[in-house]
Amino acid sequence: MLRKTWVLFSFAVATAFGAESVLIKNATLLTVSQGTIPDGSILIENGKIAAVGKDLAAPADARVIDATGQYVLPGIIDCHSHIAVEGGVNEGSLAVSAMVGIDDALNPTDINIYRELAGGVTTANILHGSSNPIGGRNAVIKLRWGKSAREMLFEGARPGIKFALGENPKRSNFTTPPGSQRRYPATRMGVEEVIRQALTEARQYLLDWEAYKAKQKTGKNPLIPPKKDLKLETLAEILKGERLVHSHGYRADEILMLLRVAKEFGFRIATFQHVLEGYKVAREIAEAGTGASTFSDWWAYKVEAYDATPYNAALMARKGVVVSINSDSAEEARHLNQEAAKTMKYGGLSETEALKLVTLNPAKQLQIDHRVGSIDVGKDADLVLYNAHPLSVYAVPQKVLIDGQVYFDREEDRQRQRALEAEKRKLMEAEKSRPTGLPSQERPTKP
Amino acid sequence: MKVAAILILRGMTSLAWAADAYVIRHARVVTVSGPVIEGGSVVIQDGRIAAVGKSVPAPRGARILDARGLSVYPGFLDADTRVGLTEIGSVSATNDTNELGDYNPHLLAYTAVHPASEHIPVARVNGITTVLARPLGGVMAGQATLINLDGWTVHEMAVRKTAGLVLNFPSILGGRQLDPATSTSRQIKYSEAKRNYEKGIRELRSLLEDGRRYLHAQQARAKDPGLPALEANEKLEALIPFLRGEEPVLVSVSRKVDIQNALEFAETEKLKIILLGAGEASKVADLLREKNVPVICGPVQSLPPQEDDPYDIAMATPALLAKAGVRFAISSNGAANVRNLPYEAGTAAAYGLPKEEALKAITLYPAQILGVADRLGSIEAGKIANLVVTDGDPLEIRTNVKHVFVAGKPVSLETKHTRLYQTYLNRP
Repeated sequence: MLRKTWVLFSFAVATAFGAESVLIKNATLLTVSQGTIPDGSILIENGKIAAVGKDLAAPADARVIDATGQYVLPGIIDCHSHIAVEGGVNEGSLAVSAMVGIDDALNPTDINIYRELAGGVTTANILHGSSNPIGGRNAVIKLRWGKSAREMLFEGARPGIKFALGENPKRSNFTTPPGSQRRYPATRMGVEEVIRQALTEARQYLLDWEAYKAKQKTGKNPLIPPKKDLKLETLAEILKGERLVHSHGYRADEILMLLRVAKEFGFRIATFQHVLEGYKVAREIAEAGTGASTFSDWWAYKVEAYDATPYNAALMARKGVVVSINSDSAEEARHLNQEAAKTMKYGGLSETEALKLVTLNPAKQLQIDHRVGSIDVGKDADLVLYNAHPLSVYAVPQKVLIDGQVYFDREEDRQRQRALEAEKRKLMEAEKSRPTGLPSQERPTKP
Repeated sequence: MKVAAILILRGMTSLAWAADAYVIRHARVVTVSGPVIEGGSVVIQDGRIAAVGKSVPAPRGARILDARGLSVYPGFLDADTRVGLTEIGSVSATNDTNELGDYNPHLLAYTAVHPASEHIPVARVNGITTVLARPLGGVMAGQATLINLDGWTVHEMAVRKTAGLVLNFPSILGGRQLDPATSTSRQIKYSEAKRNYEKGIRELRSLLEDGRRYLHAQQARAKDPGLPALEANEKLEALIPFLRGEEPVLVSVSRKVDIQNALEFAETEKLKIILLGAGEASKVADLLREKNVPVICGPVQSLPPQEDDPYDIAMATPALLAKAGVRFAISSNGAANVRNLPYEAGTAAAYGLPKEEALKAITLYPAQILGVADRLGSIEAGKIANLVVTDGDPLEIRTNVKHVFVAGKPVSLETKHTRLYQTYLNRP
């Protein structure tokens, strides 16, 4: 059944490939960067936005999408996701697992990719779990459903890594299996020490390599190079400013701790993730130039989330922090537009400020805002067409485009569902007339 | 205008104990049970709705709330929550939802409701004025309670002390299943699931049979005091109203085949049932209508139960049930975020449920299903004055709740969240 679905879906994707030029017309354009354009058009050439405005002329062979009555939003960017990962997301056996990477475990057939696409998500930051003070490398992907894992990777996105603070890396809320020991660290003190120790080793690693290279340049006798270490290679990239740190954290104190450590080691934390007490130290986060990617309104599921408030995003934004709202959940991701709307109710953000939380701001945080996050000429044509304003609870995505190609179409989805239903009924009927005594086909089980 | 209204209400809050009569004037009154009254009034007296209409006389000394530009709705009712039974998910000391043991029909959620829970004000400031709070654990988890979200004690809050027996119906399905005890998932083979199911059904039937015998013995002794005294049994005693079909059994079940099994079980055992959750209810909609079994569905914002289900099946379920003529209500199935109930209904409307039906699904329908429509669910004279005053469509996220009345009293719109917001907004 799964394989069948898959074939149908890939067929749908393939049909979209023909046209090089696409014109979306008669829509309300929520550009995010330059306000709202009523009765606007977007011309797409070779997957990029070629023109935005009113009364655009399209080449004769352009595919025209009449979006009368619809709203166009830049594709939603989820700055914290765990979809499309084969197996677990936590290499929790070690407190520092910088040697592992999500890009090695991407599963492009995870149905949640399609489900999120249908909710308007076009880009996601796929992160390692939060069991370790220093987790694994991330993978920024575009939800190009039907493509291979490699083809889903967001070309040129700056690489990142997951850090984690507080209850999860302390393993506060997890039972230790019988016969095994608790893993260090078990306190916030230990979490800092683990991070500091790892970065210290990485700094020495860099120095050793620099010294080796410097000596090599002098042309003197061949030296034995320092031992390659995949963990320290990754950590060294953080110190060189080449790898973005996305750190899970909740409490104000641990947020300040990591800002101090980063300052000491001479790099900037790209984002705090969840950062539910970020509103308490918004000034310090803003001063460090660090972004904050938070939940709209989740709270009270653990002690460090008990002071969470739905005003967090708005309050941090008011104090100058670049804020995004993320999902951390394959379900929540499907209505991030609604989650953004909550910041208007809780904290009074404007429409544009609210929309930025799930488009331009996460793009900035992932340093891909030159490519995605707003409807601007030259950016990738990653767009969502809604039947109502996306800040309304009644808005449903009708079409979702990535690189100018339609990857989700609600009407086509309905047709496929009907076909699937008919096929299921047929199979059920056939099952009834199967001669008795013959075994039914064994279902293949996933290894 | 709005400021004036707020000032009047502020004054009124402090005097709430002095005068128990209020009039909401010049409002768009969405009664739910009848037509919308533009520029209407609602009179509240002694905790009840005394009158509603275009122009109704105000009782002497009543506090007036000028609600020009605002709308009045009946308070929302979430028919499946854990409000008051849990505070911080990960801290077991704050959780009173899961008792040990499989069969606990005699345990009452009412006993464990914490009236000072921070979740209560957080829910009610978004218009949720009544919730069903229910236990979760074992097979028979205990009895739910129906409470208003204001009161010094649970006694003051309770609309119905007991509001149904929660039954986690045994599943016949294998597959990966979450073990709530260890929070880890485990692969269960069909043969094992079937064995567990059959054992569960045997135990349930035997317990219900014991209950019936207990009831018969009780009745027999009432007729003939000469019979030997019956040893009191709290568990069996607790089952009586359900065995008699007087009170509903709230059956928590999700998959299609399990729903079918639950309906068959209820029929043979002559139980009056209401389904909770029932993620695959739309797949057996015709059967549910035929058997007249209502469904409290939710959360609407859920992933599909099966990989090959339509991506939007959960959002579309209320619309599909409505179309098939199944009685239903929408629930958040939450604790800390019960406040999002109106958006669950709004999402159902986005995916095909008429907006009026979506509103009914969180007001009148759950009240009817839970048997309290004589007291809750609409703005009608004689009902409990649970009211929400908004500046727009309450199913829309951007709409603000301006005033909330619970059992005839205006409640504060302050929460732990507004307090923290104000405190840190003012941090230099």
